[in-house]
Amino acid sequence: MILVPGRSQKQGTSLNKGKLKDEYLEVTTTAELNEQDMRRLKLSNGDKIRLKSDIGQTVVTCISKKEEDLPSGMIFIPYGPSSSQLMGSDTAASGMPMSKHMQVEVTKVKS
Amino acid sequence: MPEAAKSKPKESKNIRIVKDATCTFCGCVCDDMELTVDLDAHRITKAKKACVLGRAWFYEHTLEDRPVVLIDGKEATLDEGLDEAARILVDAKFPITYGLSDCPCEAQRVAVDIMDTINGNIDTTTSVCHGPSGMAFQGVGESTATLGEIKNRADLVIYWGGNPAESHPRHFTRYAVTPKGMFIPNGKKDRTVVLVDVRKTPSTPVADIFIQVKPGKDFELLWALRALVKGKKISEDIEEQTGVSREVLDDLVERMKNCQFGVLFMGMGLTMTRGRHFNSGAIYSLASDLNEFTHFVAKPVRGHGNVTGADNVVSWQTGYPFGVNFNRGYPRFNPGEFTTSDVLARGEADAAMIVASDPASNFSKKAIEHLEKIPVISMDVKETHTTRLSRVRFAVATYGINTGGTVYRMDDVPISLRPAFDSPFPTDQEVLEGICQRVKKMLSGSKARVAA
Ligand code: SF4
Repeated sequence: MILVPGRSQKQGTSLNKGKLKDEYLEVTTTAELNEQDMRRLKLSNGDKIRLKSDIGQTVVTCISKKEEDLPSGMIFIPYGPSSSQLMGSDTAASGMPMSKHMQVEVTKVKS
Repeated sequence: MPEAAKSKPKESKNIRIVKDATCTFCGCVCDDMELTVDLDAHRITKAKKACVLGRAWFYEHTLEDRPVVLIDGKEATLDEGLDEAARILVDAKFPITYGLSDCPCEAQRVAVDIMDTINGNIDTTTSVCHGPSGMAFQGVGESTATLGEIKNRADLVIYWGGNPAESHPRHFTRYAVTPKGMFIPNGKKDRTVVLVDVRKTPSTPVADIFIQVKPGKDFELLWALRALVKGKKISEDIEEQTGVSREVLDDLVERMKNCQFGVLFMGMGLTMTRGRHFNSGAIYSLASDLNEFTHFVAKPVRGHGNVTGADNVVSWQTGYPFGVNFNRGYPRFNPGEFTTSDVLARGEADAAMIVASDPASNFSKKAIEHLEKIPVISMDVKETHTTRLSRVRFAVATYGINTGGTVYRMDDVPISLRPAFDSPFPTDQEVLEGICQRVKKMLSGSKARVAA
């Protein structure tokens, strides 16, 4: 699937409290998938999933979004240490790593 | 609502009102704040006109009980910290500095001075924000305007790859969507707002037209628009490629050509994805092309409070906006080579000074791994992943809340800061000046370090 990290309002407000505080950690480890993808992957709100790219992996919590709000095959997550774990270092001579649009594999983490 | 706002402590009598204060949380740099400051509790209890992010910024920046300086995790004096920081930088063969987008211009210029003196490498968070737009700007130029002009004149506002409702909430209400302007007497009613993005966001309801592009296909869509504006043919399978139908494109082209004053705002959805500077170049070129028909401008929507100031200061001091290297004794600019993410991922830097940013959280794994291996000097108002791994960490005062200075709004308009209350912590500028003086003293006699 394609992972798109981005800003969110909660990420912005929790950032001001502190990046090492629980709230920021929770916000930046909660990924959004659309309902169709959630059903296909047999996931429910609050399940843990492992996101794996060529570079690394991270475990996050998933929540569902309506199909009209998030296209199928796309995952949104607020930027943070978790999304950085999956990001490659190549910048194609631009200085900018590919921070959005990362290919990831999603698997459910059994609790 | 931020916790602090919910559980506001009882206000004391020692209250100060600061009018026309400036919020430096995001690049909108709103300078119409009215702050109520509880001088006994050293906190801001009310921030009139601030958005939800601005309120969190003002309410959460109180005086924390932190040591001013830690060296290897142990408390030290400011002088000891400055001495150690200067020694680390002077001893290094490839020292770098990075960050700088959340401190005033007066501090940024000192950071440039230090790197110039020790033949180091200077880069700002621009390189992982709108650095690609900076590269495109050098390549194709920019048809530009201030946010004031946009407020007063723009009747077609296009946001591409951004979600201002969550990242720059007052961009809509103060500058580009709802405010009434000189030639836009009815505010939003007189404007058409278009949003182009890969997904629906809380910004979508603001738009009259929402265009959903396939991820990674922005360049193709922008190039198709350029062709249509110029009356050229485009590929029949454009909808298959980009997810956007020919009818939608034709309609947008008509609106762009026939508006009085159009603006294309670009977000990081363009610069951080496939195409990077080509995407920004395409949007700048589209705006320029449209000037054959009407007045059209393009502006990047900048993130941090003074990231635009960082571009300006580094440009007027070195000739280049970011990713600048002084190893040979004169400034060289090369994104991909001298940008921090690359320098660290290649394992080149042997000391780093990080000012007001958190690369240990935001950079690639490889870059972070290298940062963990080298001596790091950090300056920040709060603890971060980067301050945690630093050999020397300085806790500093918050700019705009405890310190004055100058910041640049995202449209390159400089704005002066009005601090709300004093802080016992030194400012970024004071720490940088202390380091700079020591570095110069250590190197005096040898003038500046000669290139390796
Ligand atoms: S839009 Fe940005 S600068 Fe303005 S109040 Fe909100 S966070 Fe502060």
